Amino acid sequence: MAELMYWQGILRAHDEEMARDPLVFAMGEDIGVAGGTYKATSGLFAKYGEQRVIDTPISENSYTGIGVGAAMVGARPIVEIMSVNFAWLAMDQLMNNAAKIHYMSGGRIRCPFVMRVPGGTAHQLGAQHSARMEKVFMGISGLRVVTPATPRDAYGLLKSAVRSDDPVVIIEHESMYNLKGEVPDEEFFTPLEGVEIMRPGKDVSIFAYNISVHWALDAAKKLASEYGIDAEVIDLRALKPLDRAGIAASVCKTHHAIIVEEDEAPVGVGSEVMAIINEECFFDLDAAPVRVHALDIPIPYNHRLEKAAIPNAGDVIAAVRKMFGR
Amino acid sequence: MDRLQMRAMLWDMLRARAFEEAAAQGYAQGQIAGFLHLYPGEEAVAVGVLHAAEPGDYVVSTYREHVHALVRGIPAREIMAELQGKITGISKGMGGSMHLFDASRRFLGGYAIVGETFPIALGAAYAVAYRRLPEAVICFFGDGAVNQGTFHESLNMAALWKLPILFICENNHYQIGTEIHRHSAVTEVYKRACGYGIPAEKVDGMDVLAVHAAARKALERVRSGDGPQFLELETYRYRGHSMADPASYRPNVELNAYQANDPIAAAIHEAESAYPSPEAMAAAGADCISHFSDHCCQEGHLDEAEITRLRQEVQTEVDDAVRFAQQSAEPDMQDAWSIFHHNRRYEVLMETAQ
Ligand SMILES: Cc1ncc(C[n+]2csc(CCOP(=O)(O)OP(=O)(O)O)c2C)c(N)n1
Ligand SMILES: [Mg+2]
Repeated sequence: MAELMYWQGILRAHDEEMARDPLVFAMGEDIGVAGGTYKATSGLFAKYGEQRVIDTPISENSYTGIGVGAAMVGARPIVEIMSVNFAWLAMDQLMNNAAKIHYMSGGRIRCPFVMRVPGGTAHQLGAQHSARMEKVFMGISGLRVVTPATPRDAYGLLKSAVRSDDPVVIIEHESMYNLKGEVPDEEFFTPLEGVEIMRPGKDVSIFAYNISVHWALDAAKKLASEYGIDAEVIDLRALKPLDRAGIAASVCKTHHAIIVEEDEAPVGVGSEVMAIINEECFFDLDAAPVRVHALDIPIPYNHRLEKAAIPNAGDVIAAVRKMFGR
Repeated sequence: MDRLQMRAMLWDMLRARAFEEAAAQGYAQGQIAGFLHLYPGEEAVAVGVLHAAEPGDYVVSTYREHVHALVRGIPAREIMAELQGKITGISKGMGGSMHLFDASRRFLGGYAIVGETFPIALGAAYAVAYRRLPEAVICFFGDGAVNQGTFHESLNMAALWKLPILFICENNHYQIGTEIHRHSAVTEVYKRACGYGIPAEKVDGMDVLAVHAAARKALERVRSGDGPQFLELETYRYRGHSMADPASYRPNVELNAYQANDPIAAAIHEAESAYPSPEAMAAAGADCISHFSDHCCQEGHLDEAEITRLRQEVQTEVDDAVRFAQQSAEPDMQDAWSIFHHNRRYEVLMETAQ
């Protein structure tokens, strides 16, 4: 078991998959000679050459489409979009083609396309560089959407995504590339479906994903030590399809649910998880589920306002305490 | 060109350089965060073009826009305060370094998404043409931006509808870490505009006089109803793409790479090397500021003593801007909400409706 950083997990997955299968190739802005904005493809250009590690022009929609076209005829592209804010420009190819080709062709043409993209609010990058787009990807039938919270899953999800015959969007996080964690030395695959219980507990289910898993874990520690509340922290990990059974199982056990998302609340991950809770285990609830989420405002540049706009562990604790009246 | 105008241009170039170096310092000291894209090396472009513009013209820029804003007349204080996220900033601390806007100076903004500015500039130009106003829209963008679909779509519509717009490509040869030969099939950017029937020209972007002359001519044509014009200005940025970028992908001696005619090999070879040294930067071409101040001295427009005075003047202005920014208050969440919810028309409409 080695300790790797998040970016190193991604790099290792690329490297193993590219070494194994010559049809796997990577493309994106600055991923080759410059080694990737977050180093996640560093060294691959030298190792695999410019035909398999392609530095693209700033043409997001078109090179996403190139990935889709290549996937349709048997290649295994991993397209990196430098930041989720630029994925808006690639939405036509992603939504109209990647997601639908298999279906529109009556199941005759597969689209094993992978898009990797960091989302989230980093450090004062301003309103146009702080988007969180999971709600958008989640709304597209035909896509799989996954999001790693740990170096282990950063590795394992990319491995599975490359092997999957479906189009997969992997949402990373700009602030997590240097996060450290244990990654097994032997090859493994993180499932593209299903939740993972990060911390078992009996009093309240805290659903989180990506960076908010860490807020939830911090909160759970404090809730246990200071307020005697035993929280179960669940990493949703797969946002599409969401694991209805996994969500319901936890809520049936704890009878309380909190959903933590970095994004604004409307039409979001929290809305969706709440709907599932309503549909699956309404009568098991002891309290109305609560969302902890960002303010419904474009992210301000000022550092204090930026922090104020995004939730944190303290907000999770406050929400749970309020729910329990402690 | 008369002495006063030369002096004014040199003054702006010096204050641009001093401002950006102060911003770099502010970033190093943690007063400024986010992506901070600086302009040193490229001053002749902004100064040459904007000194040829009229106050009624509109300017659309990118995230590398502090100097465009400064030369356009936005006070250094308000730009620096924005970089520091203060309420006294030109965007009240909500925008930051990449999002400077000023309606009164017709500065239509800094934008962080590459390529999204072309249609914005076209829209402004359309609104100007529609009202038969004598104004022009000046649209600044980089060499990397021309591979976005919006560039081609916009050039076509600008030419088709003869819109009053001057496209200024700041060709610094890099799209972050990707050198132009590796991002563009046609590296002479102006030729692409020719493909759309837009008069286009390549000019030395390190020579402020050449830039100014070309921009003035082009703007005259725009104003006389000839439709869009296009200038490709060859320039170079001395620093990394942003302060977060050590520019380790860049060959130390850029010229050598061009001479060897193999930028890929050079880039890979130098990929591990450090930030360009002053010698390497000098080797990449004459600095636009020393080039122009030498010229002013040789022609007898200015002398060393006056240039020293100018340098002191701009330093005083920039120091004052930094102090002002530091002493300014930060916005609070109430400010953010009130800006966000401000919708005068709707309020007036509902009042009259009731
Ligand atoms: C749509 C989009 N894709 C990618 C980026 C990331 N990015 C920011 S600046 C830049 C390079 C732009 O190069 P160029 O147009 O030459 O301008 P320069 O920075 O050299 O002035 C890139 C790739 C972005 N901001 N927007
Ligand atoms: Mg450039």
